[in-house]
Amino acid sequence: MRVFLLLKVENITCIRQDRCLFENLSFELPQSTIMQLEGPNGAGKTSLFRILAGFTRLEQGKRFWFGKNVVDDEETFLSELLYIGHKTGVNTQLNAVENIRFWQETHGYTHISKNDVSDCYDLLANLGLVGLEDIPVRMLSAGQQRRVALARLWISEAKLWMLDEPFTAVDKKGVTLLQEQFKKQLARGGSVFLTSHQDLTEHFEDLKILSLEYKI
Amino acid sequence: MQRQYSYRQLFISVYKKDVLLAFRQRSEIINPLLFFLIVISLFPLGIGPEPQLLARMAPGIIWVAALLSTMLGLDKIFRDDYQDGSLEQLLVSPYPTSLIVIAKVTAHWSITGLPLVLLSPMFGLLLNLDSNAMQAAIITLLIGTPLLSLIGAIGAGLTVGLQKGGILLSLLVLPLYIPVLIFATSAIDTSAMSLDYTGQLAILGAMLAIALVMAPFAVSSALKVSVS
Repeated sequence: MRVFLLLKVENITCIRQDRCLFENLSFELPQSTIMQLEGPNGAGKTSLFRILAGFTRLEQGKRFWFGKNVVDDEETFLSELLYIGHKTGVNTQLNAVENIRFWQETHGYTHISKNDVSDCYDLLANLGLVGLEDIPVRMLSAGQQRRVALARLWISEAKLWMLDEPFTAVDKKGVTLLQEQFKKQLARGGSVFLTSHQDLTEHFEDLKILSLEYKI
Repeated sequence: MQRQYSYRQLFISVYKKDVLLAFRQRSEIINPLLFFLIVISLFPLGIGPEPQLLARMAPGIIWVAALLSTMLGLDKIFRDDYQDGSLEQLLVSPYPTSLIVIAKVTAHWSITGLPLVLLSPMFGLLLNLDSNAMQAAIITLLIGTPLLSLIGAIGAGLTVGLQKGGILLSLLVLPLYIPVLIFATSAIDTSAMSLDYTGQLAILGAMLAIALVMAPFAVSSALKVSVS
């Protein structure tokens, strides 16, 4: 199988409050690859993610998606990107099913039938949230709230998953579940790009590591 | 599961979510209305309850109260979504941001503007408006309140990233409301004199049409600035 280059980043620079976080950063992310972004607090991991996802305007450098500049065709890039940041985008007034449904509907995933929630219930059961489907998310614990957000990984068909600290507040069993899901994503030709302070080398043999250094 | 991009589906989902949330927190709907009622009932107390004086001032009172009560809910349009990260998720969805903005503004209008329009006959009675002027008041509110929501959303988008954007939002948005206020009150005044007020309505309608086309793009740029 030919391996395509999903994302290519060229000469990205990020300056925050007169401090240069990284300069002329270039890297490549091929298909079926898991890449971990490492670095101490304040090294610019989240800043890099926000630049790649397009929240922060690129002052210098380029992003390429399948060889095409992302600026020219942002829609294609965004339709193949799943981004989960520190702020997970889960509304705490709504319940888990409503949250998942809303995310699905606003990202183009159709469900079988409008009134059929069984697929949603199965998914939540799989994530260990049985019996908590109808409760407003604010009543759930931090880890459970995070699980509701991470349920998107079981729905998403995006080729690139960008996850900023996905393991925060998730228990050991949850971490195992997530790693299994990462493997599925790799098997179907997608890639995972994540920040984490956990050591993932023992779970993923060909883990690529991108390190950022804290610069003063 | 397959992906299907439908603008209609997106509009309905975003709209439904905001309206559902408003109904879960009913204070969001009721508070601006109560505020409107209180402001209107303060005027007779302050300037005296003479029916003619009130009828003369009614257009101004109704519209100033409408401006202020719209301001109350404005901050909420994007605030919650910004704080919990839903806004980021919507920005990285492949849908155009301006469409999401239109859906959210429509939802905001149906929560704050529409109840105001529906209850305006009652408020008109409180101020001794005659039937001609009442009709004009309802029509101007019907055209004017969506305009207020659209213009207000630009300010809300710009200030959503700030810790205490509430006052700044009023300072930004209220001056932009002045043309609406001028033409709307003028229409009601004219109708009270049994004259033709279609001219003012046409200008209000033109402003609404322009805002409907331009504001969503302004708001989406404002949101992108706020999120970055």
